[in-house]
Amino acid sequence: MKRLTRAFSVIFLIAFGLMYLTYYLNQAEGYGGKNTLTVYNWGDYIDEELLEKFEEETGIKVIYQTFDSNEAMMTKIEQGGTTFDVAVPSEYAIAKMKEENLLLPIDHKKLPNLKHIDPHFLDLPFDPQNKYSIPYFWGTVGIVYNKKMLKDKEIKGWNDLWNPDFKNQILLADGAREVMGFSLNSLRYSLNDTNESHLQEAKAKLDKLTPNIKAIVGDEIKMLLVNEEAALGVVWSGDASEIMGENEDLEYVVPEEGSNLWFDNMVIPKTAKNVEGAHKFINFMLDPENAAKNTEYVGYSTPNAEALKLLSEEISQDVRFYPPPELTKKLEVYKNLGKKMLSHYNELFLEFKMHRK
Amino acid sequence: MQIRTRNLYLIPYLTWILLFVVAPILLIVYYSFFNVDGHFTLGNYQKFFTPVYLKMTLSSFWYALLITGISLLIAYPTAYWLTKTKHKQLWLLLIILPSWINLLLKAYAFLGIFGTYGPTNKLLESLGIGTQQILFTDFSFLFVSVYIFIPFMILPIYNALEEMNHSLLDAANDLGASQWTTFRRIIFPLTLDGVKSGCQAVFIPALSLFMITRLVAGNRVITLGTAIEQHFLVTQDWGMGATIAVFLIIAMAFIMMLTRKRK
Repeated sequence: MKRLTRAFSVIFLIAFGLMYLTYYLNQAEGYGGKNTLTVYNWGDYIDEELLEKFEEETGIKVIYQTFDSNEAMMTKIEQGGTTFDVAVPSEYAIAKMKEENLLLPIDHKKLPNLKHIDPHFLDLPFDPQNKYSIPYFWGTVGIVYNKKMLKDKEIKGWNDLWNPDFKNQILLADGAREVMGFSLNSLRYSLNDTNESHLQEAKAKLDKLTPNIKAIVGDEIKMLLVNEEAALGVVWSGDASEIMGENEDLEYVVPEEGSNLWFDNMVIPKTAKNVEGAHKFINFMLDPENAAKNTEYVGYSTPNAEALKLLSEEISQDVRFYPPPELTKKLEVYKNLGKKMLSHYNELFLEFKMHRK
Repeated sequence: MQIRTRNLYLIPYLTWILLFVVAPILLIVYYSFFNVDGHFTLGNYQKFFTPVYLKMTLSSFWYALLITGISLLIAYPTAYWLTKTKHKQLWLLLIILPSWINLLLKAYAFLGIFGTYGPTNKLLESLGIGTQQILFTDFSFLFVSVYIFIPFMILPIYNALEEMNHSLLDAANDLGASQWTTFRRIIFPLTLDGVKSGCQAVFIPALSLFMITRLVAGNRVITLGTAIEQHFLVTQDWGMGATIAVFLIIAMAFIMMLTRKRK
């Protein structure tokens, strides 16, 4: 018994010692102010060699932390406590963070490299004049299909989903805006449409898709598509590029009728202590050479026009991730439709889910 | 004096009930009177009586009824057989064991087991039946739900069977009752309380299932639970979510009344 107690006390002492040490280290690093910069980004969403390069160039030490959902990130920033100098939320999160005053304005004079960004991707409805955010990567919503399972059938647009040959072959991502959006797009309406008769038309069209739908699922969609559980899936291009690496028969297409355009953007949260450093970091990431290197690593689409020129043709000419201009024009960013409209979208989506074959 | 100290001991329990039972229910009722914009309204209740939600309520009840019925059909003979076996505790442990594993993990496991290239289809293939779609069907939904809930049905029935006075069976036997008569007139009435609490323990959670409806049924089955989850997490229409929850609470209270034990 005595030995047991002693053993436990030693373990406790060591554990608390280590806890204190990490706490101390974190404090020394994280709250140091001037010479450190805390970057808060999605997991595996930057080439870490760039962080080293940034440290060498500026002498600022980077602390890199990751999150796995916009909601988690917002909660942490809302709570304060940790100083995040740069964060990378998606566009709808930016609209919310702006409303809740969680962001600091960005000084464009300190970002000479901003000129490299394709003007297409600037001044968008979620952040007019890019007061609070600078685009980091972008993507689309589209169709992933399995070439082997579909044999020679080619998928070009949303309307191909209604092909009666695809009975029980389609997986949908469980998102009201995505699903209602593609139905609206297939009818050549805007995916931000609020006209009641258009919405009812889109919902009725979705009901007709029911025989082709195998399931409406969440993140499992990636695993199910890789395992060839279904031949087609409606997914975000980011997920598509991830699973195409795991199953070579998978192919991604941005539908010809138009689709959603989404953005991840760099912002400076109100918790920032090193605002000067944050600007330096954003400017550094906008540098064409760095942006190109980052794009090669991450595999998403870069909004940086100069960087795109530096990339190999294999990447920059890939129409799946860099659709041609005539298609890009048809892509739309989600507008904040307000709680009431969003609730209506969800109601229609729920009704569609309840529609039985 | 004695009564006063006894009342003092009640304080922690009362606080607990007040904070974690009464207050949440009141909050749910309170929220159900507000619309998305935070204005007072009765519209949520009106909306509940539209075909969409009525249909959803009916289908929730239907699936919960099926799950409870199938569980009971399997659980009663199992519990009966359990009381006859030698190593009762071991068998009981084996039946309870799966409920120690996280629900989400079990649901994910079925994605693989029932998949197009999973073991179930391999078996069907080798039997000459050929690959079937099992995942995302009513069958898979009912199967997984029954699998998850069945321990909660077996346990109370088992306990009731164990508590039964066995000399009654001998008496029935002596008086010439057939096996079926014995079961119908003695065993079943005496274990009815166990059956009732088993049905409560299965029907009520089955009514508000939500995660399995997406994972195993691929949103092909929509229950009131799914709608509540949607309203709270996606739409942020807390009022409508709360309204559905109020109806669920009423339904559950009603079921409790129907199945309460008679002394």
